[in-house]
Amino acid sequence: MAALPYTIVVGLEVHVQLLTESKLFCGCSTKFGAPPNTQTCPVCIGMPGVLPVMNAKAFALALKAAAALNCHIATFTKWDRKNYYYPDLPKGYQISQYDLPLCRDGWLDVPSEDEAEDRRIRIIRVHLEEDAGKSLHDEKAGRADSRIDLNRAGTPLLEIVTYPDIRSPAEAKTFLQELKLLLNYLEVSDCNMQEGSLRVDANINLHIPTPQGIAATPIVEVKNMNSFRAVEKALAYEAERQWGVFQETGRKLGEVPKQTRGWDEHAEVTRPQRSKEESSDYRYFPEPDLVPVTVTPEEIERVQASLGELPADLRRRLRRDYGLNAYDADVLVNQGRSTVHYFLRLADVCGDGKAAANWIQQDVLRVVHERQISITDFPIPPDTLGEVIRMVRGGRLDTPKGRQVFAHLLQHGGRPQEAVDALGFKDVDDAEVQALCRELVDANPKVVAEVRSGKEKALGSLVGQAKKRNPHVNPARVKEICLELIARM
Amino acid sequence: MESFWELTARELSDKLRRGECSAVEVARACLDRIAAEDATVRAFLSVEPDWALSQAEEVDRRRRAGESLGPLAGVPVAVKDNLCVQGRVTSCASRMLAHFRSPYDATVVDRLLKAGAIIVGKTNLDEFAMGGSTETSAFQFTRNPWDVERIPGGSSGGAAACVAARMVPLSVGSDTGGSIRQPAALCGISGLKPTYGRVSRFGLVAFASSLDQIGPLAQSAEDCALLLEVLAGHDPRDATSLDRPVPRYASELEGAIKGLRIGWVPEHFTEGLDGEVGEAVREALRIYEDLGAELVEVASPHARYAVAAYYIIAPSEASSNLARYDGVHYGYRTDEKAMLADLEEERRLLRESGDEAALEEIDSALVRLYRRSRAGGFGAEVKRRIMLGTYALSAGYYDAYYLKALKVRRLIRQDYDRAFSQVDVIAGPVTPSPAFRLGEKTSDPLAMYLFDLYTVGANLAGLPAMAIPCGFSREGLPIGLHLQAPALEEVRLLRAAHALQRNTDWHRRRPGSHIAARSELRG
Repeated sequence: MAALPYTIVVGLEVHVQLLTESKLFCGCSTKFGAPPNTQTCPVCIGMPGVLPVMNAKAFALALKAAAALNCHIATFTKWDRKNYYYPDLPKGYQISQYDLPLCRDGWLDVPSEDEAEDRRIRIIRVHLEEDAGKSLHDEKAGRADSRIDLNRAGTPLLEIVTYPDIRSPAEAKTFLQELKLLLNYLEVSDCNMQEGSLRVDANINLHIPTPQGIAATPIVEVKNMNSFRAVEKALAYEAERQWGVFQETGRKLGEVPKQTRGWDEHAEVTRPQRSKEESSDYRYFPEPDLVPVTVTPEEIERVQASLGELPADLRRRLRRDYGLNAYDADVLVNQGRSTVHYFLRLADVCGDGKAAANWIQQDVLRVVHERQISITDFPIPPDTLGEVIRMVRGGRLDTPKGRQVFAHLLQHGGRPQEAVDALGFKDVDDAEVQALCRELVDANPKVVAEVRSGKEKALGSLVGQAKKRNPHVNPARVKEICLELIARM
Repeated sequence: MESFWELTARELSDKLRRGECSAVEVARACLDRIAAEDATVRAFLSVEPDWALSQAEEVDRRRRAGESLGPLAGVPVAVKDNLCVQGRVTSCASRMLAHFRSPYDATVVDRLLKAGAIIVGKTNLDEFAMGGSTETSAFQFTRNPWDVERIPGGSSGGAAACVAARMVPLSVGSDTGGSIRQPAALCGISGLKPTYGRVSRFGLVAFASSLDQIGPLAQSAEDCALLLEVLAGHDPRDATSLDRPVPRYASELEGAIKGLRIGWVPEHFTEGLDGEVGEAVREALRIYEDLGAELVEVASPHARYAVAAYYIIAPSEASSNLARYDGVHYGYRTDEKAMLADLEEERRLLRESGDEAALEEIDSALVRLYRRSRAGGFGAEVKRRIMLGTYALSAGYYDAYYLKALKVRRLIRQDYDRAFSQVDVIAGPVTPSPAFRLGEKTSDPLAMYLFDLYTVGANLAGLPAMAIPCGFSREGLPIGLHLQAPALEEVRLLRAAHALQRNTDWHRRRPGSHIAARSELRG
């Protein structure tokens, strides 16, 4: 990456929807996609006289996420009301956490762009809150006709706020991918941006070295980014825009009020949003309808112990114990926990991590993607595939035959040997191959000479002849033996 | 033969159980009495004759069928109109909810119905329970049955007046700063505010969530006990409700007063207290002493800040609790066509004058919808409290007001803790004076707020407290005695109250009939 005349400084505010069956303070379903206002009750639509009751599952999931984000978990946390008026907020306040959040001061390590050390992005705080409903604006025919869907009102959200530790638009994207992966692993959230189960706002400015020292540009909050790619693009756009404005005006942080800009997906620009709507005083105060939640140090320990291996640990283990390179480890871990489990079993059975990784990436995942199934529904168990790989590694099958066995197993199931038999592949005794090779080497002095002069490709003709004589020989084995013989001549 | 309306809930319940009368007969008598008395007293915002009779028929049917019946089977009860009853209007005496029908039953309503009580109607209150005279009701003044030119107290004014006028034996109210005890005292009946969390608030339209508590109003401590037993108990739908066993209050009333340590606070008897009230309360204390109680002076050094703290905390919570009434989802909404027409007109004028900046800044239709709906839906007192609370919670003022008030609240709680390490109950006046005249304090909100001086402490500390009759003024107005006890000591309160009522007959006195008085009234 070409050096920029400035440093980009980004902090993210991420909202993820928790994978609970029911809402944060009532029993309504949180399922996505139901017809508007069918998943509501007096509590989540804010009828007079209703009271919230905390969903213990949501709290447990939040604790899990907090522990995985290396946060300091509060033993005493309370709820607060954030007061503001909006039609999709039926109570006129949102139940959130203000001064005593669930946890603070954590971090998430993300793989860095240049493959050296991971980058540590610090987390300021993580807290639980309820979601608002959705306003559906129909601006057809020139009249603003707004409708409100309260299905989402009261859905549990985890708000995760980072320090401004992110240094590039790409890193912002990587952070989000890593966060999503982590929360997927924990089964805390599916982080689906299309369904709105992950939403992100970014604060961005530039630090520009000048003869007078570092100049910081005014911080801009960017909203309305609907995909990880959009985050990357919006931040890249915004950095360039701020650089341009700075060169033009020289305006620095503190000289203008903080601005909120929205990402316009189609025009690929950020546009200022109305400043009037953001100058709110939320009048936070403790939610009197809920009791504070206390968490014991033992509970925190239990949660921490229950996390299991997280993506970063798994990547490290795949590299260290299975000899994978960073790229392969990444691909497998990013597929999710069940793929990693498949890999671990496969590698243990076949005894070759690299081969197992290749088979998964080239064969298993191809089928999984084609059939749009989860790897847990993949028809060939890792033990079976491991045996196939062992046959290939041991020279009993060449790779194309291995693939045929794979395809056979995929279609018919059964044991690898059954597939080998059904496909008519016969084992050839190694001594037989040795004899055949000797014969061929003796009979083809021209080829031998070519090989010796460095043209290893010439061996192809020996392999071809061998296969003609015995179609069951493993070409790789033939190649190997012939090379050995020629070397000894 | 005695009329049904003269009977207490206990007496009625016994008669019903013995089969000496039917629930339908009782309900009819009750409805007749309401029809006669309430034209003057105006305690009810709605009466439900058909529903009441069908509930009564059901009780009679079940009794005939030999099915098990609840403890209040066939006993009529009135419910304050800030408690939700499914399918029926719950107006909170506000234009905002004038036509609002609740889609669900409050937990206490559910419990009443399960106990076999016959809900006959819903009683008037100060709008959203904000007030001490029931004069802030958007719909009607309720009159004190002892003197119809006077207020019944508030905010549960209707709840107290309907019992005082013997329209129903039992009534359910809510108490945020004295709203059960003060009208009970001014109407000469008994009323109990339970420990915070003792009775579920689910379905009580919130005024100030950390202070609100539902409780009984009745002719006697015994009837209060009977009703409290039905109302109290843990509710999984209210996170602040206490998961503690409910005593059999009505069976725990008997108990010697000998040795009971009754605390009294000297400041309660100094300036500001009406002489007749002071004398009646002191007389009640003397009776307790005669019964063997020991009077102990206790200090309440922070009591004088209680009203100030209360009028920060309660409005702060109210400002948030009442935010949901915005004209968008339910309740009163301003005339949108008129609102949009005005907006267009304003825009047109600005366009014509070329004032682009003002045109840009003009409030949106949504903001106007909120503003106008709330301006039109709420009355002056509710608006005053929303503004007070909004101010107290605002950035820059929060620490000086809200946070400071919370600190005072804690100090008051500590005062109580110290006092209750020395005494079993604290006794004193409920109000500084007997009932005042309608309109007397409406233009002086501060005087109205100061009327809560003796009652708000129990709400701030979350303690149980009771008002019972202890005498009458020379003008014939009831005077109340205030009893307060440590958390969850309702039994102690009820015993003390019951002991006084066994030795006095103030609670048996009742005002004259109002059937004849109707024509003389104005308004």
